[in-house]
Amino acid sequence: MDASLILRVSAPLLLWVPMAVSVYLLIRGHNAPGGGFVGGLVASAGLVFYAISRGQEAALRAMRLPPASWCGIGLLTALGSGLLAWLDPSAGYLTHRWWFPDISVTLPLGTALVFDIGVYLTVIGTITAMVFALVGEETG
Amino acid sequence: MRQFLLASPILIPLVATAVTAMLWSRPAAQRRVGLVAATLLFATTLGLLGEVLSGGMVVGQMGNWPAPFGVTLVVDHLSAAMLVITGLMGLAVAVYAMGPRAEERDRAGFQPLFHALLLGVAGAFSTGDLFNLYVWFEVMLIASFGLLVLDRTREQLDGGIRYVMLNLVGTTFFLLAVGLLYGLTGTLNLADMARVAPGVENQGALAAAAVLLLVSFGAKAAVFPLFNWLPASYHTASMPVAAIFAALLTKVGVYAIIRVFTLVFAHDHALFGPLVGAIAMATMVVGVLGAAAHYDIRRILSFHIISQIGYMLVGVALMTPLAIAGSVLYVIHHIVVKANLFLVAGAVRQMGGSFALARLGGLWATAPLLGLLFLIPALSLAGIPPLSGFWGKLVVIRAGLEAEAFLLAGVALAVGLLTLYSMIKIWNEAFWKAAPEPAPAAGWTRAQRLATFAPIVLLCGVTLTIGFWAEPFAAFSIAAAESLLDREGYIAAVLGAQPTRLAEAVP
Amino acid sequence: METALALTIGVLVAAAAYLLLARDLPRALLGFVLLGTGANLAILAAGRVGTMAPPLVASGAEALAAGAANPLPQALVLTAIVIGFGLAAFALVLVMRAHAEFGTACAEDMDEAERPDEVPATARPALAPAAARKEAA
Repeated sequence: MDASLILRVSAPLLLWVPMAVSVYLLIRGHNAPGGGFVGGLVASAGLVFYAISRGQEAALRAMRLPPASWCGIGLLTALGSGLLAWLDPSAGYLTHRWWFPDISVTLPLGTALVFDIGVYLTVIGTITAMVFALVGEETG
Repeated sequence: MRQFLLASPILIPLVATAVTAMLWSRPAAQRRVGLVAATLLFATTLGLLGEVLSGGMVVGQMGNWPAPFGVTLVVDHLSAAMLVITGLMGLAVAVYAMGPRAEERDRAGFQPLFHALLLGVAGAFSTGDLFNLYVWFEVMLIASFGLLVLDRTREQLDGGIRYVMLNLVGTTFFLLAVGLLYGLTGTLNLADMARVAPGVENQGALAAAAVLLLVSFGAKAAVFPLFNWLPASYHTASMPVAAIFAALLTKVGVYAIIRVFTLVFAHDHALFGPLVGAIAMATMVVGVLGAAAHYDIRRILSFHIISQIGYMLVGVALMTPLAIAGSVLYVIHHIVVKANLFLVAGAVRQMGGSFALARLGGLWATAPLLGLLFLIPALSLAGIPPLSGFWGKLVVIRAGLEAEAFLLAGVALAVGLLTLYSMIKIWNEAFWKAAPEPAPAAGWTRAQRLATFAPIVLLCGVTLTIGFWAEPFAAFSIAAAESLLDREGYIAAVLGAQPTRLAEAVP
Repeated sequence: METALALTIGVLVAAAAYLLLARDLPRALLGFVLLGTGANLAILAAGRVGTMAPPLVASGAEALAAGAANPLPQALVLTAIVIGFGLAAFALVLVMRAHAEFGTACAEDMDEAERPDEVPATARPALAPAAARKEAA
């Protein structure tokens, strides 16, 4: 795949924009539209764009771990958020727990956020794995 | 403890999927994790079964949201038995998959997909919510798609496309039915739906949704006339995959039919009983005739799955305690026996060099132990006393006679005979006749041979145990049937004495 | 509104049925996507449609105010869309691989999985004439 010079040079810069937006969406999901799934989609769109401009190998290198591993880490994170529920042994799995640290403003942190981060990573892993499999077919 | 045991059949495969996916580039480590996870799964399902036997139904609400609002997990006798069998199969196949060609399979991602499949199956068996059942079906489907085309051969791609297309449409029908039922009853919790369903004004629309569900679950269970995808695809899969498919996938469909039609649509039995009975008979006959016409071990066995599904539906067709007990006993026996036959077929391939009966022969002389290990599940499948299949068939046919469904009982008997024909055919061709050409050397290591034979021996042991010591299994099946027919008990256990009225809260 | 939705669902399902009958696999796949959309709309229609208040519990209140929208179908549809997306993506990969392998995306031209079995010499040929003929040819 021959991408234009401008695209190839600007690709690493352009990778950061969707990444930042995706993290913003992930955190915004707390109380407004957004969340792990949408965030993950935006992030994987960024990675796919990177793969188009710089090639799949480069995108895989930028991800450090194989897509399946990201998927696994995400699943474990989401699972772990549910395990915290058993701090109270009578509670059902996935029962919410909240923590309100007071750093000048009250910052509400909950296990739901951990769950969402897990979703975010799982989505990135799944989407990139699928798209790379498709693109690999095209070129190979 | 009960909450922990209830969630663990879902959590363990989920963790195993995640960890094996993380270890993507290290197949040997994946294999070890997979084996540990399968063992743990089997152990916890046994614990859960003990809990159900001692303390009755185990119910839990994920996230502590009360039913019918939250995600409900319910494990009664039937679910517990299915979970234990899932655990047993998971363990047997996880060991078997360490046999020949393990490295290749694991590089293609066998382990994460395998545990994802167990996750979907375990989820489907323990959920108490129709929409969650749909989600677990899809988890199971996606994993099975991946497993089916693991080797990417032409044969698998072709079989895979048939499998994928039919199942995609089948689950979409499920989704449509979920939408209809939600509109009619205002709830998705199975217990709540069972409470509301008899009072729904528009019983016609309810029956339409029930038929949609029957089509969807029936396609999953490969009943007549929706079975075509099964013999087109199962025999193309690699052997551990075919074994776990044969053991669990169709049975999830059967379980869903039993669950939904004994719980939600029980009041409409006059309509669905005869329908399911006719489907059961046609399924038995078509499956066994298809098997008689084939000369490839895997295809014969695939057609027999279909034929046996018919027996399992007799319970829903007759809806008597004995008939449902027969179905439960039959499902338990069948899963063990059928998976084992596929495992044996893999060993036959390794030692005889082929799956085609025309190319096999003389295995009784070269591998008498394999012959014996084939005969146990094969004769059990045909229902020869005193093996496990005999008791399953006995209870089913007796229930048919007691309910005066003589045609159904007669068909079940005749199909048993034809099953024997197919099994004898495999025996004669593969084991008894002289080998047409000398079999190539099996070429496997000691460890691979052990990994292949250990699960076969284990499952043969289970078959013999059910056969010679049938009493506790029969008693358990009857207890399961009674708890299935006790709808009030199920509703009370899930919703509590004073149910929160979601159906009334949302018009 | 409900009539319009019902008609839309009907048209979608009819188009899906037509497409699913095609031998051409990409068309059949499109049929599946349309069928899924129809099913999703059916769920949405099942949970009341119209102009309603957002389903937020006011502070201090214990339950939703009357006339609030029903949030559940949307959650269900969202889940179903995600799952349908995954399934369609997988099926697409599968069809592409099959196309690369067989050189065609027509279901009729793929007949690898259901070849007739080799009939053993001991089984009389009369029992399976079609398979025997195939072998002879």
